[in-house]
Amino acid sequence: MNSSGSGQKAIEAPLMDIRNISLRFGGVVALEGVSFDIAEGEIRAIIGPNGAGKSSMLNVINGFYTPQLGEIWYEGRRRGSIKPHNIARQGIARTFQNIALFEGMSALDNILCGRVTLVRSGFWKQLLWWGPAEREETEHRERVEQIIDFLEIQAIRKTPVGQLPYGLQKRVELGRALAAEPKLLLLDEPMAGMNNEEKEDMCRFVLDVGDELGTTIVLIEHDMGVVMDLADRVVVMDHGELIADGVPQEIMNNQDVIDAYLGVAH
Amino acid sequence: MFYREVGDFKTTYAADSQTFPIAFDRVRYYFVLIVAVLLVPFLIDDYWSNAVFVPLLVWSVAAIGLNILTGYCGQISLGTGGFMAVGAYACYKLSTEFPDLNIVFCILISGAITAAVGMLFGLPSLRIKGFYLAVATLAAQFFLVWLFNKVPWFYNYSASGQITMPERTIFGLAVTGPNVEPWAQYLICLAFVFGLAWAARNLTRGSLGRQWMAIRDMDIAAEIIGVDPLRAKLSAFAVSSFYVGVAGALYFSVYLGAVEVTEAFGINQSFLVLFMIIIGGLGSIFGSLVGAAFMVLLPIVLRNILTRGLNWDTALATHVEFMVVGCLIMFFLIAEPHGLAQLWNIAKQKLRLWPFPH
Repeated sequence: MNSSGSGQKAIEAPLMDIRNISLRFGGVVALEGVSFDIAEGEIRAIIGPNGAGKSSMLNVINGFYTPQLGEIWYEGRRRGSIKPHNIARQGIARTFQNIALFEGMSALDNILCGRVTLVRSGFWKQLLWWGPAEREETEHRERVEQIIDFLEIQAIRKTPVGQLPYGLQKRVELGRALAAEPKLLLLDEPMAGMNNEEKEDMCRFVLDVGDELGTTIVLIEHDMGVVMDLADRVVVMDHGELIADGVPQEIMNNQDVIDAYLGVAH
Repeated sequence: MFYREVGDFKTTYAADSQTFPIAFDRVRYYFVLIVAVLLVPFLIDDYWSNAVFVPLLVWSVAAIGLNILTGYCGQISLGTGGFMAVGAYACYKLSTEFPDLNIVFCILISGAITAAVGMLFGLPSLRIKGFYLAVATLAAQFFLVWLFNKVPWFYNYSASGQITMPERTIFGLAVTGPNVEPWAQYLICLAFVFGLAWAARNLTRGSLGRQWMAIRDMDIAAEIIGVDPLRAKLSAFAVSSFYVGVAGALYFSVYLGAVEVTEAFGINQSFLVLFMIIIGGLGSIFGSLVGAAFMVLLPIVLRNILTRGLNWDTALATHVEFMVVGCLIMFFLIAEPHGLAQLWNIAKQKLRLWPFPH
């Protein structure tokens, strides 16, 4: 795992700039004045104790929650009020903390679903099937098969995902997100509940996605070892506020972070 | 032993994703098709046409339609009877207002009108789900039946309030009205079932079908990967209602010839179609056909056994028939909650391995 050494990847114009986001649910403050940026091609980790607002932050990024205050700049433009499915069209994909696969469908169909934003054939062509729709379907299938090869899940492509073990479901979900060919990939605890071997596999996939496809990745993870090894830069949150932002080395020695994680005498 | 994929190599993705991946299945499919088109029309008589084949085919179309909405897209509808009535009345108005319009177009346009009405009544699905949506579509059922009873324009101010289909022809051959030949009735319904089942298969195996299933399985995740819930749900309502509307038009014009809306398109028909797809198998085109066959044929078979075979009194036979059909529905639901299509799949899995247990 070499990327911690390359923590100082040239920070280009940020792919996404998050400015002063505040999110409330009634009286509950989920996020308070959070600002950070995500540079093109980096692996950006978000860490923090439970309830710190990490998943809320991802939900704001992909439009599922609309913050009361603050701005999100994506690819140099300010993003207005926009529905989640249109955000997906702009190249933002994600996986979920609790697996959110389509249980009634096979692994292959789930991953094909990820390409929904890239389908060009309209209703009538799909209805007729012969010709353009079938050719397009085959193109999508070829891309999906590459992802299946990449994630090493060839054997289970026709298995209904409900029957798969947890670790493989996580992989299929990553596959579904990758199928959209995203620019920005949001991973919400991709290694939660995995044993060491599965974690190592998943780390390798995350690194390969970054290296081979050049996808920018935002990663929420609790395993500090994983975060420090994978991430180029780390955001630390606690109680909805950002308490530190920097390369892994700085974060590990930051007193606020240590307090938040280990507790502090009052 | 011959029911194997062994030796049946797929070298393209298109071949791998075809409808019948096993050679024996393909042969069987063509065999059924040939029998249905080339053999049945020559053997069919009035009884077989009116009691068995035509209702079977008409209900198959309705079941495929509801299965697209409920089985594939996960939106429950209890308005099927009402939407069939829309198809029937549209067909009646079109064929009486435009006598020169070919009956096939008449039926297709009726389907399109029903699709528009279905989309309108599908709008609540954007806000409500499950049982609540079922109740909202139930409102459509009652409203539509009331409307066709209340507004005389729909039944051309006839004294009885009934609508009666005039004779219409295709290539000079009567397919509706009193002079229709059984085989002509059968063939036009078969053509609609074949075309619509094929189109349903194409829609459900492509991107649109995956969007519907994504909405069914987890709507929030579907939205986040890029499925527009508005378009996915309303397209499911539109396509489903098109099928149901065509079924209603066929039911009225080809099968019954004259209908009274409360009787022909009441809430019972909505439940009948819902039973068909639950017993046949949600999310399966084949299941829709099997479910329709089960609900249409089982009472006929039972009635024949009881009245002709055992010489029972007709009234008694009718009551026993209800009870037996009810018990069989429960039995099948307990034995296989995913319907006859799933039973069929399990049988095929076993057959693949036969004579070995695994």
